[in-house]
Amino acid sequence: MPLLQILGTGCPKCKKLAENTEAAAKALGIDYQLEKVTEITEIMAFGVMITPALVVDGQVKVAGKVPSVDDLKAMLA
Amino acid sequence: MSEKDSCACSAAPKLIFACSGAADVGAIADQAARKLTRDGAGKMYCMTGIGGRVSGIMKTTEAAAGVLAIDGCSLDCAKHCLEEAGFTQFQHMRVTDLGMGKGTSPATEENIAKAADKGAAALAAIC
Repeated sequence: MPLLQILGTGCPKCKKLAENTEAAAKALGIDYQLEKVTEITEIMAFGVMITPALVVDGQVKVAGKVPSVDDLKAMLA
Repeated sequence: MSEKDSCACSAAPKLIFACSGAADVGAIADQAARKLTRDGAGKMYCMTGIGGRVSGIMKTTEAAAGVLAIDGCSLDCAKHCLEEAGFTQFQHMRVTDLGMGKGTSPATEENIAKAADKGAAALAAIC
């Protein structure tokens, strides 16, 4: 089960990234675990300085923007 | 506070990569990048994270408002490192182009300030 982590402090963009990511995962039929990482020190531990960001199983897939559901499907596939 | 007002998404910073090489001019490049960060002109970021293709550093660099590479000498290691990683749109400067010779230019405050001034101008030119 892939671990999907949303990095961000809880603003609307972060929430939108979480929504789109869940929509993409569900569209692909992926059984996933979603976690929101809101502590800035934890976010920086990923090497990320621009939020929101999506991490899939420890790999940062996107930072600083909210991709479309289709783009996220390509990242998760 | 409304949800809109509470947005904490960080604005894309201008990132600075220094070669931080072993030579004196590499030290100047490194210290100039740190000075530029202290001065608020941009944010020094980890050059070796690009070399190692660390995903968080790669994706943050892709999303940066602009990138400045500071090399100490004409080997241009920082520039080549970024290019090898697929980055093509960035500013570039070289410490030896500022009249400082490799092996003859200690990392003094004066030399660091000279390189930082050049870097600040390059960063200011990034929209």
